This record gives sequence, C-alpha cells and structure tokens, in this order.
Amino acid sequence: MAKQIEVADLDAYYGSHKAIEGISMTIEPRSVTAFIGPSGCGKSTFLRTLNRMHEVIPGARVTGKIRLEDQDLYGAGVDPVSVRRTVGMVFQRPNPFPTMSIFDNVAAGLRLNGRVRRSELEGVVEKSLRGANLWNEVKDRLSKPGAGLSGGQQQRLCIARAIAVSPAVLLMDEPCSALDPISTLAIEDLIAQLKNDFTIVIVTHNMQQAARVSDRTAFFNLAGPGKPGKLVEMDDTSKIFTTPSEKATEDYITGRFG
Amino acid sequence: MATSLRTREGGPATGRSASRHDRGEGPFRFLTTGAGILLLAIMAAIAVFLVVKAIPALQQNTSNFFTEKLWTPNGAEPRFGIAALAFGTLISSLLALLMALPVAVGVALFISHYAPRRLAGVLGYLVDLLAAVPSVVYGLWGVIFLVPFMSGPATFLNTYFGWIPLFAGDAVYGRSILTASVVLAIMILPIIAAISREVFLQAPGSLEEASLALGATRWEMIRMSVLPFGRAGVVSAAMLGLGRAMGETIAVALIFPATFEITLRVLSANGNSIAANIANGFGEATVTGRGALIASGLVLFVITLAVNMAARLIVARRSFGGAA
Repeated sequence: MAKQIEVADLDAYYGSHKAIEGISMTIEPRSVTAFIGPSGCGKSTFLRTLNRMHEVIPGARVTGKIRLEDQDLYGAGVDPVSVRRTVGMVFQRPNPFPTMSIFDNVAAGLRLNGRVRRSELEGVVEKSLRGANLWNEVKDRLSKPGAGLSGGQQQRLCIARAIAVSPAVLLMDEPCSALDPISTLAIEDLIAQLKNDFTIVIVTHNMQQAARVSDRTAFFNLAGPGKPGKLVEMDDTSKIFTTPSEKATEDYITGRFG
Repeated sequence: MATSLRTREGGPATGRSASRHDRGEGPFRFLTTGAGILLLAIMAAIAVFLVVKAIPALQQNTSNFFTEKLWTPNGAEPRFGIAALAFGTLISSLLALLMALPVAVGVALFISHYAPRRLAGVLGYLVDLLAAVPSVVYGLWGVIFLVPFMSGPATFLNTYFGWIPLFAGDAVYGRSILTASVVLAIMILPIIAAISREVFLQAPGSLEEASLALGATRWEMIRMSVLPFGRAGVVSAAMLGLGRAMGETIAVALIFPATFEITLRVLSANGNSIAANIANGFGEATVTGRGALIASGLVLFVITLAVNMAARLIVARRSFGGAA
C-alpha cells in the first residue's frame, strides 16, 4: 500500500514567481520524512506539489517530474483528482466539515468514490477512527458534529478522514502547530503507528518534533528574500541532527538563524 | 449571510480607558441607538397609518374582506376582498422564485468558483447592473416583447404538460400569470445571484482544500464545502427576492389582465396582485376605495413580514454555530 516517491528537478511557480527550484529527492515507503527550514523556504509549497494541491491556487504551476512508484504524477492525462485520492493530506489547522457529523466526516472521502453500503462504511469508519487513536473518545457520539471536538481531536478526526480512503502516501503540513503539547504528543504517537502502513511526509517548524518522529529529514533554505527555495540536504534524521554535511544545516538546527 | 452578521449584533464590551470613552463612545452610542429607534418608529408609524386609514373602509364593506374575491369598493355598496389578490400575489411570486432560484445559484456558483477571474469580474458587474434596471423597464419589455413571445412556450406547455393542473386550460394567453412570473423571475434573479455569490465567496478556503485533498472534483468540492456553508445565505437571498417579487408593482401591473379569479391555471387570461391592483386602482378611487386599497396594502405588509420571519426561522434552524 505504501509507495515510494521520486522527485526529479522540480520547480514550482506562483505566476511568474519561482517558489522552489531544482528539487530532487527520494522518499522511502513506510517511513516518516520530515521537511524543515525557515519560513518561506518553500517546504509547504513542495509538499503541496506531491498531491497536486499546488495547482489549485490560480496561476500556480510546476515543472519537473514526480513519480509515485510507476506512476508519473504530472504525466499527460493524469487526473489530479485521482492523484489526491492516492496521496492524502492533513492541514495545519484542523478542518473537519462543520455541517457533518463525526461519522460523515470520516466517510466523506469514501462517499466520493460512489455509493458504499452502510455496513461497509461503518467498518471503515471504525477502522479509521481506531487508526487515528480517536475511536474510544468518540464511539458514543458518532452522530454529533465534528466541530464540537477539541482541537487535537479535530486534527485526529482529519487524519482519520484522510486514511479512510486508504491512500498510499500521507502528507502533513505542520499538523501540530495549532495544537497544545498534549495533543501534539498524541499526534506524534499516531504518526509512529501510521508509518507501518503509509509513506508519511511531514512539514514542521519544530525541530524537536522532526527529530522525534522522522526517519529521514530534508532541510530547505532560500538564498534571500524573493529567491526560490532549494533543498540543501537530505539524510537520516540522526545524521542531520548530529553531523550534517552542510554548514547551513548546522547553523539552522543549532539555532544560529531561522 | 445572516449568520455571519449575527455575531456582530449587540456589539462587544470595550475595555477602553475612561478618557477615550468620554470622547468617542457617548456620541457614537447615541447616534447608533438613535438610528435603531428611528427605524422602529418608522415601521410603527407605517403600520399605524395603514390601520387607521383602512378601518373606516373595512367597516363599510358589505362582504367578508378575507374571503371575497371581487374588488368593487367605489360604489354605493362597497364590496371587496383580498382573496383573489393575495392568491395572485403569492402564486406569481412563488413561480418567479421557483424559476429564478436555480438559475441565480448557478450564476453565483459560476462567478464564484468556475469562471476565470477576469470573466468573473465582468459577470459580477453585469449582474449588479441588471439589479439596477428600473422595474418599469422590465414591465415595458414584458408587455412589448414577452407577452407576444410567450404564446409559443405557453402553447407548448399546454399541449404537452396540460395534465399538470398549472398548465391546464382550453386556451393560452400572453398576458397571464406565467408571463408576469417570468418577468418577476428576471427581476429578482440579480439580487439572489449577487447575494449568493457573496456568500459562496466567503466559504472557507480550508474546507475547500479539505475536500479537494480527499479527491473531490470541483463540483463535489462545492457540494461538500461551499453549498452547506452558503445554504443559510441562499435562503436569505431567496426570501429577499420573494419579498421583492411580492411587492413589485409597475412591471406586473402592465402585464396582469387584472381579473379577480382564483385559479391555478397560470396560462389563462387571469392574474392580479395586491400591488398591481393598488397601482391600477388608486387614481380613480373614492375615499372608501382608497381605504380599501390601503387595507390591501396592510395585508401585503403582513404577508411580507411573515415570509421574512419564516426565512429567519429557517436560517436560524439550519445554520451551524459560528459559521466557521
């Protein structure tokens, strides 16, 4: 189910502004890859190119290649909608559908794929909520609105919603930045479990978090304001945080800038 | 729209210092409170005026005001009732809403979520412009163009859909309830479209992204995150449109054949409304006749109020807390 991602020489633009330049990397399946770097370095933009959410913004475009195992994500005739069904995403702010119940939130993606029998839906919803460590907290109020949960619970609900459609890859864009430390811990525990089944890519501003949850870390930086962001280096997390190859990485992780 | 506004009603407590409180807060508070009270006073004054003028005429009525269909208040034995007029007002307005709402929501969605930005700007401007056309222009267009034109579509409906009571009848006419409804529909379409567009544009981007990231197509995204968010606002817009249709005077006065029948046959040579009847009859009305017309205006006032309150109830029940 989990798949490998290969990126080759990727540039992304907002209109005429080049946001990231020349990014190449391999993201291994069943692992957690963390993207770190200062604000504006393009790590979120890059994350969004991985499921073709980047192009949702008017004027945004991408050049270069991304392969998900044997599929070219930007190949001619590839429907971005089908890409997003294989590459799920969790956002910075929890965004459950406010008019839907907890159950319907988790079932939302499945219902997009056509009519599903209620019994089948119930099975998947329970499995996804268990997978997101939320089942025990909400099993008695599945018909209540998802917006009534706490922030941390809402974010786990969004993770349950994302994994319910069985994606190969799960992208997380600063999933804990709007959460308190306890909820953050719950999400981090969850990420450690989820990597058994998914390829996980997480953008984070919190370097301790990157060190705690990820197997590989990629450091992004930009030469200056208005310049495109670039991948500085990518290596095993333990190596990045102890003996990075690049001076810029060391300066960043030791807090000398950024 | 109503939900997002509601949070701003009854302003929040301010924690300003005493000196600033003295300088700005007092006069501003006086102005806003005054404006609020003035509005209530005007409403009350209108209601009192209508009631006072209507009562003498109603006392001279020789028939039941609520069940009588005829409208002959100017003779020695005034005989008039609101039944046919109120019915005509309601059916023509409801038909207009039925025709306008789907189109307006479609236009609004196209402008807010489908059209390229530049085209959306032009279209939005055109819709606003359409809302500014005076109603008498719509009325003239209706009489001169639409009345002859409608005989084709009306014959079609009568021939193939005559089994539906609305379209039944032996013959069809251009000046009918349906023609008036079409004009009303065109008149209220811009206001519904403009408000719906604003509501749809306010749908949170985070929810749109949530559905897109789940693999929703554009239409599925709209169904999952834009329409549920905008529903309350669209209901408000529809009710505003309905209110406008019920109060519309000149355009329908030109088109309605001004009969006093209660019939569902919208293709027949029937149709009238409270507002059209006032416009047509006020000039040659006697004192009692004027009182009768004012009484009918009072009924329109009450119907409009009831529709708006019903709309508020619907919006309040269906909206979700905070519209986040």
